[in-house]
Amino acid sequence: MASLRIEDLWKSYGAVQVLKGVSLSVGEGDVVAVIGRSGSGKSTMLRCINGLEQFQKGRIEVAGHMLDGSHSGLRELRKEVGMVFQSYNLFPHLNVAENIKLAPRVVKGVGKAECDEIVVQVLARVGLSDKAYAYPDELSGGQQQRVAIARSLAMQPKVMLFDEVTSALDPELTGEVLLTIAELAKAGMTMVLVTHEMGFARRVATHTVFMNEGKIWEEGPSEELFANPRTPELANFIAPDLK
Amino acid sequence: MIQDFGWSSVQFLIMGLTWTVGLSAMTFVLGGFFGLFLAMGRALGPNWLKLVIAGYIQIVQATPLLIIVFLCFYGLSFLGLHFPPFAAAAISLAVYATAYLADIWRGCIEAIPKTQWEAADALALSRIQRLRYVILPQALRIALGPTVGFMVQIVKNTSVTALIGFVELTRAGQLLNNMTFQPFHVFLTVAAMYFALCYPLSWWSEKLKERKSGVSAH
Repeated sequence: MASLRIEDLWKSYGAVQVLKGVSLSVGEGDVVAVIGRSGSGKSTMLRCINGLEQFQKGRIEVAGHMLDGSHSGLRELRKEVGMVFQSYNLFPHLNVAENIKLAPRVVKGVGKAECDEIVVQVLARVGLSDKAYAYPDELSGGQQQRVAIARSLAMQPKVMLFDEVTSALDPELTGEVLLTIAELAKAGMTMVLVTHEMGFARRVATHTVFMNEGKIWEEGPSEELFANPRTPELANFIAPDLK
Repeated sequence: MIQDFGWSSVQFLIMGLTWTVGLSAMTFVLGGFFGLFLAMGRALGPNWLKLVIAGYIQIVQATPLLIIVFLCFYGLSFLGLHFPPFAAAAISLAVYATAYLADIWRGCIEAIPKTQWEAADALALSRIQRLRYVILPQALRIALGPTVGFMVQIVKNTSVTALIGFVELTRAGQLLNNMTFQPFHVFLTVAAMYFALCYPLSWWSEKLKERKSGVSAH
């Protein structure tokens, strides 16, 4: 059963056509990497999936929720679709535990004791059990991003979206975040990752999608796609990375 | 009847001072209450509402406070609404403070990055919840310094209500001067009392601003 199905998605900003008929299917437990040049529409596609962007045409079905570009039912969908951003976007006035607890508490009405349990669980999963009472500005970028992942996990999402989550990090901090994501992949989380980390996409993602000019140019099992690109655009795109 | 400037004069001024403090507090509470709604409407409301509020802010900010006070005291009584000086003073100062606080706080709400809204959005928080738990607490933190700073303006500007006969500190000074003919004694004492009221607020405001920049430089 598909956890996420995108059918013929079209999106424009004014006269600029960003997505030109994107269709994609992601099965339960799949880890899909979306690669491509800046401006190819990959982040926009990801943001359409949880309704942060509206679109003009097409359909998105995710975790059993239907999206048609309008705003109805978005909150129900977002309870089950987590998103992690490039710039972490932790709430700076709340400490780590409060960042994590906020949504379960106010959106789902989870009780205090259970919230505390969730905090312990998700922080253990991202390896930051000792940071529950730190404030975001006391943490490194890599740690902040892991907290952002934990915060998203606290809602027990069925699908997680990662929007270039290591792009703002120094190379030495990228590894710890990728490791966290790889752990989630191993645990069977359904994930879509927009990423520039080709090596990571190849190793961790079950599928890779190459976007170009607002379309899905090429897709397939990661190993195969990277080993034998069928289009010259993909071959060009990944060539410098493989040298 | 001429009397000398003495302890009883100071007591008289202290009574005026308490009215200044009371009027300032009332102005701040009323202005803060309405200002908060206007700030949110100005920052987050539909376009027509933003325009209406922006118009209100522009008009009030472009009008001398004294004119607003006169309009409330003389103008409204002409329409049959007779307010005693204290009420007219409180209403006009509230009109004034509402406009300025709405403008200050609007800026603070707008200063919160859009990505904070998005993060809260992605966590399924409703619009009200996003404001309540994510945006307003952060905006409040930025707002504290300039808000306390504006309280200094409120305290000093209560003095214009002396002109409609409300006996606050300045008016008390005037009255006392008429009785003692010792303007330096009287008005230096009055000035010292304003200073004693305003300086701690200024100092606190600067402290709050420092703390904020200290955090962002981290």
